[in-house]
Amino acid sequence: MGATKTNNGNIFSKLIKQQLFIPLAALLILIIFNLIMDPSFLKITLGYNNIGNPVLSGYIIRILDNGSEVAILAIGMTLVTAASGGQDISVGAAVAIAGSVLLRVLCGSNTHPETLQAPIIVGFLVSCLVAMLFGAFNGVLVAYFKIQPMVATLILYTAGRSIAAWVNNNELPIISEASFGYFGGYIPGIPVPTPLIIAVACMVAIGLVLKFTNLRLYTQAVGINESSSKLNGLNPQLIKLLSFVILGICVAVVGLIKVSRNSTINYSVIAKDIEMDAILAVALGGNALGGGKFSMAASIIGAYVIQLLTTTLFKFKVPSDALPAYKAVVVIILVVISAPVVREWFSSMIKKFQTKEVA
Amino acid sequence: MKKKVLSVLLSTAMIAALVTGCGNDGSTTASTDNAATKDAATTDNAAEGDAATKDAATTDNAAEGEAATGDAASGELIKVGIINNNPNESGYRTANDNDLKATFTKENGYDASFAYSNDNSEQIAHAQTFIQNEVEYLLLSAADTAGWDSVLTDAQNAGIKVILFDRVIDADESLYEASIVSDMEKEGQTAVDWLKAQGLSEYNIVHLQGVMGTAAQKGRSAAMDAAVAAEGWNIVNQQTAEWNAETAQQIVQSVIDSGESFNVIYAENDDMARGAVAALDAANISHGVGKDVVIMGFDCNKWALEELLNQNWNYDGQCNPFQSSYIDDIIKTLESGGTVAEKTIIMDEKGFDATTITADDVEKFGI
Repeated sequence: MGATKTNNGNIFSKLIKQQLFIPLAALLILIIFNLIMDPSFLKITLGYNNIGNPVLSGYIIRILDNGSEVAILAIGMTLVTAASGGQDISVGAAVAIAGSVLLRVLCGSNTHPETLQAPIIVGFLVSCLVAMLFGAFNGVLVAYFKIQPMVATLILYTAGRSIAAWVNNNELPIISEASFGYFGGYIPGIPVPTPLIIAVACMVAIGLVLKFTNLRLYTQAVGINESSSKLNGLNPQLIKLLSFVILGICVAVVGLIKVSRNSTINYSVIAKDIEMDAILAVALGGNALGGGKFSMAASIIGAYVIQLLTTTLFKFKVPSDALPAYKAVVVIILVVISAPVVREWFSSMIKKFQTKEVA
Repeated sequence: MKKKVLSVLLSTAMIAALVTGCGNDGSTTASTDNAATKDAATTDNAAEGDAATKDAATTDNAAEGEAATGDAASGELIKVGIINNNPNESGYRTANDNDLKATFTKENGYDASFAYSNDNSEQIAHAQTFIQNEVEYLLLSAADTAGWDSVLTDAQNAGIKVILFDRVIDADESLYEASIVSDMEKEGQTAVDWLKAQGLSEYNIVHLQGVMGTAAQKGRSAAMDAAVAAEGWNIVNQQTAEWNAETAQQIVQSVIDSGESFNVIYAENDDMARGAVAALDAANISHGVGKDVVIMGFDCNKWALEELLNQNWNYDGQCNPFQSSYIDDIIKTLESGGTVAEKTIIMDEKGFDATTITADDVEKFGI
C-alpha cells in the first residue's frame, strides 16, 4: 500500500516538474468547467456558410481559429525571450505595419480596387520583408547596442501605428476580392478555418527547425550565459538578432491573417494589446522570462489557454465593465502557479509529504 | 566591422522611417520622401515654425477688425492653434482633421497650427505652447474631460478665445466661447426610434458596445438600455467589443455557437457591425433588408453606407465630424464684434435607412 502511494507521489512530483503540466492542466480545467456548465461545449457541427462552402463550427473550432494569431506570435516571442531575456512589446504595432504594407501592395494607389493590383503572395513577401526589417531593427538595438529589449522595442511600439497609417496615406483600404478573405476565413471546399491551418504549418516549421538545426541549443546557451556561449564559439549577437528576425516572420504571418479576417485595416485597433497576450502565453507556458531554457509547445498551449479564457468569458456574458477584472484574476492565478519558483516549491512540498508518509 | 556598419545603417534607416511616419501627420501631402531632415521637428513644431515667421509680418492687435472680412490678400491672418486627437485613431478623426485642414487655410484668412495627441497631459502642454505663441483662438478637442481649468484660465488671461469641438470638458462655461458637439444620446435615440418603427414581431438584440466610458458608448448604450426597459425588448447579449471588428466577430460567433436566436445587431460603430456581419456570413445567417437579422451601425463610413446601398445592412447613424464650418462661423461672428448666442451648439446628425439611402448620400455623408 505504502509502496504504491510513494510511487504515485513520485509520478505526481515528476509530472508537476514537467513544464507542459501547468498549461495543459489549465487547459483541461477550463474545458471541464465549460463542459459542466454546458455539456455541448465540445460539439463540432458541419454547416455551410453564405456562399455554400462547408465549414466546421462550434466553440472548440472558434478557439482554435481565433487563438491562431497569438499562438504564431508566441513562437517568435519564446525565442526572443529565451535568447535576449526580455520581451518585444512592439509586435502589435508591427502587425499593423505588416498589414498596412500588404494592403498597400495589393491595392496600389486606389484604396478600393475592383481587382488586386498584385498577386497576394507578392504582397505577403513584401510585408514579410518589411516585418523582418523592423524585427532586425529591434534586434540590432538589443544585440549590438545592448539596450533592454522592452526599452528598445518601445520605440516601435510608440511609432508603429503612425507608420502603418502613413504607409497608406492615412486611408483605410478595403479589398473586395473574395480570395483575399480565404486566409482569415475558409478556403472553398475545406471546412477547417484557414488561420488554424496556417498556425499548424508554422508549428510544424518551427518544430522541424528546432529538431534539425542547433537553434534551440544555441538560443538556450546564449540566454543562460552570454559570455560562456561566446567562449564556446557562438556569436550571441547574431543569435539574438536572429530571434527578432524570426519574430518578424511570425508578425508578417499574423498581419496577413488579421487583415484578411475583415479585408480591411484599422490602424489603431488592429492586433491591439496582442503583444501582451503573446508575452502572457510565454509566461503561462512556464518559460523563464529572464531567458534560457524554453519549451515551445508550452508557449503555444499557453496561447490557446488565453483564447479559451476569452471565449469562456464571452460565452458566460460577463458584463463589459467586469471583463478585464475576471481575466486578470484567472491570469494572476495561472501565472503564479506556472512560475518556476512555485513549481519547485510544490514538488519539494510533495517530497516532504512523501517522506513523512513513509516514516 | 562590416556588421557594425550594417547595424548603424539599418538603425539610421529605421529612425528616418520613424521620423517620416510622425512628420506626415502634420502635413497631408507635403513631401515625405526627404523628410528625414526636414520634418525632424515633428508635426506641431514644423507648423509652429511656420507660424513664427508669419508672426513677424503680422502686427498682433492692429487690424483684427479687418481680418474679420477674411481677406487673405491683406496678409492679416487670424492665428489659430488647433489641438486634436490623433488622426489615425479612426475614420471619424481622419475626416475631422481633413475638414479642419481644408477650412483653416491661408486662403480663408487663417494661420493655423495643429497639434495632435490622445494624451490629455500632452494636449495641455500643447495648449501652453500655443498660449506662449500668442494665438488668437484655441480650438480644442480634449482627450479627457478633466484637468483643463488652469490652462484655460491662462488662455483667458492672455486674451485668447477658446472654442471646443467634438468633446466637452468639465470646466466652467465662462472659460470658453462655445462648444460644438455631437449629441450621442440623440444619435442613439434616433437609431432606437428607427428600430422601434420597424415593428418587428419580436426584438432579440445583440448589443456590441464601444470602449466603456467613452461619450459615444455612454450615449448610444443609454438610448438602447432605456428602450429595452420601456419596450420589453430582449437583450440576447450585451458586451464591449472595444470598437474592434475582430472582437465583435468573436462575440457574435459565441452567441451563434450558443444556439440562441437573435434578429437585431446593434453595433455602436461600423467596424463592429462589419465584424458581426463576417460572423453571420460564416454561419450562413442572412442579414439586411427583408432578411433574418437587422444590422445597425454608427459613424457613416463610406464603405458602411455602400453596404446600406446594397441592402446588406439596415441602418447607419451619423456622427458628424464636420465641425469646421460651425467654428468658422463663430470666429467670423466674434471678429466682427458679435456674440455667440448659444454656448453649446449641437450639430445636425442623420440616420440612414437602407431602403431610402441614395448614391448621392453615400458620396456626401460618407467619411
